Amino acid sequence: MNRHEGALPVGFDEPVFAEPWQAEAFAMTVALHDKGLFSWSEWADALSAEVKKPGAASDGHDYYEHWLAALESLLSAKGVAGKSDVDALAAAWERAAHATPHGKPILLENDPGPTAGRIRTA
Amino acid sequence: MSHDHDHDNELDPFAARVRALETILTEKGLIDPAAIDVIVDTYEIKVGPRNGARVVAKAWVDAEFAAWLKRDATAAIASLSYTGRQGEHMQAVFNTEETHNLVVCTLCSCYPWSVLGLPPVWYKAPPYRSRAVIDPRGVLEEFGLTLPAATKIRVWDSTAELRYLVVPMRPEGTEGWSEERLAELVTRDAMIGTGLAKEPA
Repeated sequence: MNRHEGALPVGFDEPVFAEPWQAEAFAMTVALHDKGLFSWSEWADALSAEVKKPGAASDGHDYYEHWLAALESLLSAKGVAGKSDVDALAAAWERAAHATPHGKPILLENDPGPTAGRIRTA
Repeated sequence: MSHDHDHDNELDPFAARVRALETILTEKGLIDPAAIDVIVDTYEIKVGPRNGARVVAKAWVDAEFAAWLKRDATAAIASLSYTGRQGEHMQAVFNTEETHNLVVCTLCSCYPWSVLGLPPVWYKAPPYRSRAVIDPRGVLEEFGLTLPAATKIRVWDSTAELRYLVVPMRPEGTEGWSEERLAELVTRDAMIGTGLAKEPA
């Protein structure tokens, strides 16, 4: 098969989720829709706005990055989770992961906290 | 623990953001982490394209069901208990000798999840989304499907409200086959239109 630029991605039957977080982002979206937080049209609009942004990879490997960005923007617009809250909590999770010995489950409680301005999560 | 960072865990930034959202949404009572696992399991393992294959096989053997599927696919598919989580409407498009149907979502990646499971990687990728409309014949050739020049290709663009299921033509040499046996011939790609039903071995 001649693979010119813009060719269809290889790996037709590879798993739909490359990493667990992609499956989690997908499932959270479905669960929030079931909960009535947004309509499917609202979701399609949010996702469409992200995937149309310039710089999307032609092989689609960044698809769930767009998906996550769409979910974040929708949750921010709905006043459920603001960007600064998500930023701070994501940083706490990264610190918690770093402080957790390999092979142990990563828990948010393991976050040793930043040097200043630790956020409250509970 | 020591300061040997090789033994630490790492979360990449995307995974960390997903965990952050999960934490916030769980605290607000908007999601239940156990339910999230069930959803992943359902779409990744339980649904797959098998539901759609059963719909197609039933349409091949049951003319009355085929007519219903053509008239009101949402109801016909729901009669087999395959209902969409998104409440979307379904339309079944039937391949014939004259016309081959191909489904795409140029807007994002709307897909009939209730019958086909989760979309394959290429369905979500920009080249397919843009080129399926501009050059469907060329796209099909990349999938290894060369149609006779006389066969028309009709492209259906999915939306959040309306999803399409392609009903491929029943292969020759399958007279008298059971629905279960026929369903084995119906691939995911055949129901998107990037392939045909498998020939009997």
